[in-house]
Amino acid sequence: MALTRSRVSLALACLLPLVVSGCQTTQNTTSKDSKSGKVSINPNPYPSTYQAIAGTPTVITNVTILDGAGKRIENGMVYFAEGKIQAVGQNIDYPTNATVIDGQGKWVTPGIIDNHSHLGVYPSPSIGSLSDGNEMVKPVTPGVWAEHSVWPQDAGFGRALAGGVTTLQILPGSGNLVGGRSIVLKNVPNRSMQDMKFPDAPYGMKMACGENPKRVYGQKGGPMTRMGNVRGYRQAFSDAQEYQAKWQKYSDDFDAGKNPTAPKRDLDLETLAGVLDGDIMVHMHCYRADEMVTMMDMMKEFDYQISSFHHAVESYKIADKLKQNNVCSAMWADWWGFKMEAYDGIRENIPMVDAAGACAIVHSDSELGIQRLNQEAAKAWSDGKRAGIDSSMAHAWTWLSANPAKSLGIYDKTGSLEEGKNADVVLWSGNPFSTYTQAEKVYIDGGLAFDLSNAQHQPVSDFEVGQQATGEAQ
Amino acid sequence: MKQVLIAALASVTLSTPALAQKLAIVGGQVYTQTDQGVIDNATVLINDGKIEKIITGTQVPGGYEQFDAKGKVVTPGLFGAMTSLGLVEVESWAGTVDASVDNARISKTGAAFDVSYALNPDSTLMDVSRIEGVTTAATTISYTDYLFHGQGSIISVGADEPLVKPRAFIVLDVSASAAEASGGSRAALWVTLEQLFNEASVLSSVPTADKPWHGLNSRADLPVLKKILAGDMPLVMHASRKSDILQVLAFKQRYPDINVILMGADQAWRVADKLAQANVPVIVNPQMNLPESFDAIGATMQNAAILDAAGVMVAIGMETHNIRLATQHAGNAVANGLPHTSAIASLTSNPAAMFGVSDRVGSLTVGAQADVVVWSGDPLEVTEYAEQVFMAGEAIDMTSRQTQLRDRYMKLHQSDGATPVQYIKP
Repeated sequence: MALTRSRVSLALACLLPLVVSGCQTTQNTTSKDSKSGKVSINPNPYPSTYQAIAGTPTVITNVTILDGAGKRIENGMVYFAEGKIQAVGQNIDYPTNATVIDGQGKWVTPGIIDNHSHLGVYPSPSIGSLSDGNEMVKPVTPGVWAEHSVWPQDAGFGRALAGGVTTLQILPGSGNLVGGRSIVLKNVPNRSMQDMKFPDAPYGMKMACGENPKRVYGQKGGPMTRMGNVRGYRQAFSDAQEYQAKWQKYSDDFDAGKNPTAPKRDLDLETLAGVLDGDIMVHMHCYRADEMVTMMDMMKEFDYQISSFHHAVESYKIADKLKQNNVCSAMWADWWGFKMEAYDGIRENIPMVDAAGACAIVHSDSELGIQRLNQEAAKAWSDGKRAGIDSSMAHAWTWLSANPAKSLGIYDKTGSLEEGKNADVVLWSGNPFSTYTQAEKVYIDGGLAFDLSNAQHQPVSDFEVGQQATGEAQ
Repeated sequence: MKQVLIAALASVTLSTPALAQKLAIVGGQVYTQTDQGVIDNATVLINDGKIEKIITGTQVPGGYEQFDAKGKVVTPGLFGAMTSLGLVEVESWAGTVDASVDNARISKTGAAFDVSYALNPDSTLMDVSRIEGVTTAATTISYTDYLFHGQGSIISVGADEPLVKPRAFIVLDVSASAAEASGGSRAALWVTLEQLFNEASVLSSVPTADKPWHGLNSRADLPVLKKILAGDMPLVMHASRKSDILQVLAFKQRYPDINVILMGADQAWRVADKLAQANVPVIVNPQMNLPESFDAIGATMQNAAILDAAGVMVAIGMETHNIRLATQHAGNAVANGLPHTSAIASLTSNPAAMFGVSDRVGSLTVGAQADVVVWSGDPLEVTEYAEQVFMAGEAIDMTSRQTQLRDRYMKLHQSDGATPVQYIKP
């Protein structure tokens, strides 16, 4: 958890020197500080156990580099060691013991970050017993956490890795108005969610506009209309404000030397309060322009920030307003028409949002699409160019790395090839804006997580072990 | 539908503004999809809406309007191998979807349904698809509780008279999901199918309305099954698991006259030689590489390449709203070993051959409908695109509802914002 970003967090207590011990990850979820007796809540009860694959100091030479932050370097070099990018440029110093990879004719980019995936919660095989993405028992369920559904043996993680995806956000589905917390994972498939959990990434919270919630709940007590949807979010945030105030009062009273009783925890309201506190980032499934505008009014009404609209098929209509409100749009290149709220989808959505100066992101929401997000960006880039929106490939790569990293609150750690960032690096067989190009090597924190030519460096999920048909699971 | 004169569109490259009876597409790299193969710097001659001739070089005989295709790639119009084009506008919760059938009492098995009655050439999907090069499509019911998905049609995408061939094929699901709908087991599914086909085959004629009939098939379904049995209507069997595909091949042996096409076929790569021997063509989604069910374990992006190498005819393109992405799918198959020429065939001549309409669409063969696409470059590259599409020898209007929405909002964003958007005409 990003405690430094707190305003009046439930976890506020953790910033106070007296109760620091209550914030250590080994503590019980709710704990009483032994000295002061003040009740605090552990914001990180399922801590990351991620460990990077061991890497060696590596330098890739003679490559075309798109640094993910908008810069292109011809005949470039990138050197990484100790899990971090050490240097990027045309001529850089590197130690003689570094492994040198001649990248002649190849391209290097930062790893792709997909901020909309359901891998693990809607895994392959797509069967009822493994479908754990939508808690559709009531419309507001912020207290459920996607991480508690993630099945790490989903073969989709490994396939996404082969497509250069190094970091991904796993979201609950969109059946509910508030679907629950999301989780950011490092794409190194392992035994448990915790083994993949991105250390110190903030939590997200999934919300959904439009058709899905009203379809799911229309005959189950509501909401059955869009106005019913909005009532649902507003009531939830109102309740969260009250809950937030209760805890604030408890804290104030305690600090004033009174002897207050801590409020009863409510897991749903706790997540919503985390949003109001600025600790949890809002990711909202929303297709239609008019609904997004209403949601941005609502975010002002309750004083929180929407990080990104997801799918955002009509963002091109309100790109100016998205920029004003500093809200990203996570989009497909060309999906449209499968439902009414996707009917106005156009191929130029991504470049038009980008051209307006708003934050554009290429997302997948698909176990197949996530394997070729570079091609999705390529299509959007090319479609924009045809429509007179000129931008460089280097800039377009920000849709795949820097911008999704920002939307997830991890841009200080990954999302570009800059000195000191995590060494999440993809070596492509050629120009990644070509259909024919493949990811040859994928490094995460400097460790070789995938190698196209070496099965030893390709993950195989337990589900695929020992099956008669091996196919891609070598 | 909107078919404008070439001259109105591309007056710079064209010499006369008259209706193009004779048109030459000049100087492109031409994929003929005939014995002529791929010819660099070739010219496609079109007369009266039909392919007249492909000539090498750029020496155009007199009397032809010319469209400059130098430096471009020219292919036949693409053939959407399995779609529901014309049968659906918005899939979910938005009114009648003709691509979905349940509870129609006239049929017991779904064989009788006929989508040629349901086609809407004014669907916005038509323009969206054809401006990206998809000029022909196999279209049929995508969702039904019945065994058969009705009789599908081959259509010209967006043409006023769309039917190239009605009642051209029929889809039969024999995968796990079909078993689920047939008592929950393949043990019931295949016996059911066997009984249905056996009944149709032993009847010398379909019982007329004045005679009692208590058979398994309905009167409406029987003639269709007889047509399938005679090999006059391709039977597209949807199966993924190896054992199911082997059952399809065994079925084909029992009914050798039936013209079987395999569809889905995630594990087909495991029996590629057998499919080649039995001369069964396959429609695949080459991106499918996940064990999405127990039937798809071992699904691989090399499926198309392995089948092609074994000599199996492969078609690519199973989508509706985004059938235009078939080129990207085929490109990914190429990235996984499918030869480029086979990939182009999988989008054009192969599906045309599978559905028995090769003489009319899917290639630049002499006498075929002049559906031609001029591409900015390699059609399989995601950054290239169809620059101009011709249908029956006429340049089509290269706009769609999508391009008009784009243009309206680009105008809005370039304006001072004072005019409400609904007054901005694209």
